Amino acid sequence: MKKNSVETPSTHTIHKDPGARKEKTIHIVLLLAATVSLLALFLITAFVVGEGWPVMVKHGPLNLILGTDWTPSRLSFGMLPQLTGTLLVTLGALLIAVPLGVGCAIFLAELSSEKVANLLRPCISLLAAVPSVVYGFLGVIALVPLLRSTFGGSGYSLLAGSIVLAIMILPSIINISEDTLRALPIDYREASLALGSTRWQTIWRVLLPAARPGIVVSIILAMGRAIGETMAVMMVTGNRAKVTGALLDPGATMAGTIGLEWSYAADEHSSALFALGTFLFIVIMLLNGVAQLVTSRGRVSQ
Amino acid sequence: MKKRNLAQRTAFLLIGASAVITFALFALILGYVLIKGMANINWEFLTTYPALMGREGGIFPTIIGTLVLTGVALLIAVPLGVAAAIYLSEYTKGGIGIRIIRFAIESLAGIPSIIYGLFGFAFLVTFLKLGFSVLSGAIALALMVLPIIIRTTEEAIRTVPDDYRQASLALGATRWQTTSRVVLPAALPGVVTAVMLASGRAVGETAAVWLTAGGALKLPFSLHDPTRPMTLHLYYLAAEGLSLERAYATAAVLLVLVLVVYSLAIFFRQKFGMKRR
Repeated sequence: MKKNSVETPSTHTIHKDPGARKEKTIHIVLLLAATVSLLALFLITAFVVGEGWPVMVKHGPLNLILGTDWTPSRLSFGMLPQLTGTLLVTLGALLIAVPLGVGCAIFLAELSSEKVANLLRPCISLLAAVPSVVYGFLGVIALVPLLRSTFGGSGYSLLAGSIVLAIMILPSIINISEDTLRALPIDYREASLALGSTRWQTIWRVLLPAARPGIVVSIILAMGRAIGETMAVMMVTGNRAKVTGALLDPGATMAGTIGLEWSYAADEHSSALFALGTFLFIVIMLLNGVAQLVTSRGRVSQ
Repeated sequence: MKKRNLAQRTAFLLIGASAVITFALFALILGYVLIKGMANINWEFLTTYPALMGREGGIFPTIIGTLVLTGVALLIAVPLGVAAAIYLSEYTKGGIGIRIIRFAIESLAGIPSIIYGLFGFAFLVTFLKLGFSVLSGAIALALMVLPIIIRTTEEAIRTVPDDYRQASLALGATRWQTTSRVVLPAALPGVVTAVMLASGRAVGETAAVWLTAGGALKLPFSLHDPTRPMTLHLYYLAAEGLSLERAYATAAVLLVLVLVVYSLAIFFRQKFGMKRR
């Protein structure tokens, strides 16, 4: 960062030829490009928090978090419905996607032949490429009617949101978990099998515990993705801002509420959406921090 | 002995089932959208303007909207991202400043698109007075894909053997000559992968663009015109129940575009033998 860490080949600095000048300029330009990310993160924080600040100050963050009534027309901005909605949808999604994803990762890393794995792996990458609005669209035309005819009600529900999200986060859980399993030394497997354990005992008692940091990271990242997802969730959850514990009820999420209301929100309502965004941002940054911590710790221990 | 075998058989059955479910879902989702959509795609749909908010007509301006937004975003993000990746991998050995920059990059990668949207709306559209425009949308998108470009390019640069650098430096080349004429050309397939991954992400993005580029259903003639990409059009078609056939068709066009771009990324990556991420 600082000038003294600048490494220009020493011969050039001694002779002070024009080449050294050019090298130095290039060095600085590259450094500036590298700091753009930092600047962007700073601006994002400043503007999202800044725009939400008036409502935070007026109502108090605790009242916002614990308030159960979200009625923008009466300037009532209780965010508990969105907070619980986001939590339920995310937990539901993890409950579906984690067993499925880890199972799939074990299949690809330990059970399937290399040929099959090489064929299936690109499919997972492509599944990750499907835009969220396409998942939302499929949710509206296929999933919601299915839930309606199975469980009654409108079909627009937190459960619909969970299922759509589960499909969306599956690829990243599979990818990272599989990478971690594959990175484990072959010695682990051989030692365990040599002791007479079955392949399953080896996977369950040796490989999965050893791969835990990677799997945990994959789950944290997936959680972040689920918490922040807007379009797909907004299209299938029904967006009713009421606190509910029932997955079959319609509900609202933080991101979904912002997406749905930003276009007509004005003044205090708009600020309230930014306050909602601020809470979302804080949660995501905390998850990012934990994920980065686990990743760096995992590297150290290996 | 029997009990152990039973446990193993049950476990493997469940694991196999989870794999089958995942890939069945994959086939079902792609197959359904593509088959339903392809039936409604024709030349006219791709080249005519929508009428009655999208109930009739084609999706021509939204295709252009997607391409223009993605193109401008890449024009901003690719030079920045590649330069940042070069700095991080070739010009520095670390330190607290670099750790902070890396933290910022990792964080940007995890920030949800709606936050980029809010930021773009507050900073680009309102504060910088860029308005709902191609430029606002493209800048928001550029920041979103920046981490993808930096990470992937850096990975590619790392796979270039150190011998290349040492040989070049030993011949008297400067650091920049070595980077620009030896390292970068060797890492080029990786940079192409980075660009493909970034464009796939940009093409598929909705929320961030919605809050920054407006959503006007007309051709953008300058960077200051608002525009509507296919993703946003699909949202309106589906959420407001304007036209189911056109929604299928739009989803299929979108999906084909994204799949082609990502397949190219995977192809380049495998050809180059880079680590999958």
